[in-house]
Amino acid sequence: MIQIQNIHKWFGTQHVLRGVDLTIKEGETVVIIGRSGCGKSVLLKHIMAILEPDEGDIKIDGHSMFSMLPDEQDQCRLQLGMLFQGAALFDSLTVLENVGFSLFEHTNLSEEVISQKVLEKLRMVGLMGIEDLMPASLSGGMKKRVGLARAICNEPKIILYDEPTTGLDPINADVINELILSMQKQLKVVSIVVTHDMTSAYKVADRIAMLYEGRIIGIGTPDEIRNSSDPIIQQFITGSARGPITDKQQKETESL
Amino acid sequence: MSHWTNLKRTVSVRSWLQKFGAGCLDIFEGAGGIALLFKEACVLLASKKIRWKATLDQMNKIGVQSLPLVFLTAFFTGMVLALQSAYQLKLFSAEQFTSDLISVSLCRELGPVLTSMVVAGRVGASIAAELGTMKVTEQIDALKALATNPVQYLVIPRFIAALFMLFLLTMYADVIGMFGGYLISVFKLGMSSHMYIKRGIDALVVKDVVTGLIKAFFFGGIISIVGCYFGFTARGGAEGVGRATTLAVVVSLIMVIASDALFSAIFYFF
Repeated sequence: MIQIQNIHKWFGTQHVLRGVDLTIKEGETVVIIGRSGCGKSVLLKHIMAILEPDEGDIKIDGHSMFSMLPDEQDQCRLQLGMLFQGAALFDSLTVLENVGFSLFEHTNLSEEVISQKVLEKLRMVGLMGIEDLMPASLSGGMKKRVGLARAICNEPKIILYDEPTTGLDPINADVINELILSMQKQLKVVSIVVTHDMTSAYKVADRIAMLYEGRIIGIGTPDEIRNSSDPIIQQFITGSARGPITDKQQKETESL
Repeated sequence: MSHWTNLKRTVSVRSWLQKFGAGCLDIFEGAGGIALLFKEACVLLASKKIRWKATLDQMNKIGVQSLPLVFLTAFFTGMVLALQSAYQLKLFSAEQFTSDLISVSLCRELGPVLTSMVVAGRVGASIAAELGTMKVTEQIDALKALATNPVQYLVIPRFIAALFMLFLLTMYADVIGMFGGYLISVFKLGMSSHMYIKRGIDALVVKDVVTGLIKAFFFGGIISIVGCYFGFTARGGAEGVGRATTLAVVVSLIMVIASDALFSAIFYFF
C-alpha cells in the first residue's frame, strides 16, 4: 500500500532522515516511535508530500506523488487525511468550516449536505453542538478531535496521526487512542501514528517501528518490540535516562 | 606572543567573512524567494479562478480600514507642505506657486510613496504576522494536506486587494493632501480659495497623476508579496513571527523607496 524507499532529507547542514525504508500493508496500523526531534513528523510530511525528499521515493498504491503535477498531487492528497500535532485548525474559520474544508473546496455539494456530513464526522469523534464555535474557544483535547474529524471528513484511505496524544491528560489521551482504533474498525483505513507515548503505541499498533538517527532500526509487533534485544529500543521503550542513546549523546557533547 | 595575535587576527577576519557571506546568502535567498513567489502568484492569477469573497474581505482590511491612517498622513503632509513651501517661496515673492507645488509633488511623489509607507507598516506587518502564525502552527501545511494551494488561497486575495487598494488609496491621499494644503493656504497664507483650486489643477498634467498611480499599483504588489513571503518563511514560534514581521516591513519599505527611485528615473526620461 505505502512503500517508503530510502528517504534522505537535509535541513541546511542537518541530515535528518538518513535512508528510511518502510513498507505498510493494507488495513494496517503502524506506529512510528522515536525521540523528539528525530524526524518522525518530517517523515509523515513526506508521505503527505508536504516536504520533498532529497533522495528516495514514496509510493502509494504504486504511484509516487513527487513525480506528479501539482493538480494530480492534490487529487492524491484527498485520499489521505492528516491530524497535525497542534491540530492546526484554521483559526479564522468556524469548526464547521474547518471540518468541511475539503468538501467546500473540492466538491460542488450544497451547504446542507456538507453540514450533514460534518455533523456526522463530529459525532464520530464524540463532539456535538460545537460546529459554530471558533477554534480559539476549544480545549486542547477538543481541538485534536476536531482535527481528527477534519482529517476523516473526506473519507480517506490513509490517516496520518502526528503525536495524537501529546499534551493531553491521560483520560483524553485514551479517548484519542479509542478513536484511532474505532476509525480503524469503522473505516478500514491504513493508519500511521507518530508518537513517543508508549502506552498509546502498544494500544493501537499492529506493528511498531523505531526511528533512530534518521533510520528505522527496528520493526515488529508490539510484543516483538517489547521483547527486543536491541539495547537502543529497550532504553526507549522503558524510558530510562541511562543507556546507549544517552551515552552516545553525551560523548558527542563532550567531543564538542 | 606575536604568533598568538596573528592567529587571533586570522580568526576574526575569518568570522567576519563568514558573517558577511551568510548575510549575502540571506539577501539573495530572500530576493530569489520573493521573485519566485511573485511568479507563482502571477501564474495562478492567470490560470486559476479567483476567490472573490476572500479578496473583498482583504480589500476591506487593506483598503477601507487604512482610510483613517492615510487621511491623517496625507492631511498633515499637505498642511506641512503648504507651510514649508510658502516659507521658501516667500523669499522670491512667489507664494502663489504654493498650490502648484503642492498638487504636483503630491500627485507625482508624496501621494503614492507616503501611502505605500503607511500601508507597508500597517498591512505588510499584519499580513506577515498572520501568515507567519499560520506557518508556525502548521496551518499552512494543513492547507496543503487538504489539497489546497496556500499561494492561491492566501496570497492571491491579498495580492489583488493590495494592487487595487493602493491605487485607490493614493487617489484619496492626493485629494486629502491638497485639501490640507488648501486649509493652510486659504486660512493662514491668505490665498483666495478660487486661486488655490485653479492654480493647483492647472499645474497638473495627465502624466503627473498617471505616473503616481502606476507607482502606487506596483507598490501595492510589492507590499503584499513581501509580506506574504516573510510570513511563509517564518519559523520557530513567536520570536520567528516577530522577526518575519519586522523583516516584512523593513524590506517592503526599502523596496518601495528603491523602486520609487527607479520609476522616477524611467518616467523622467520617457
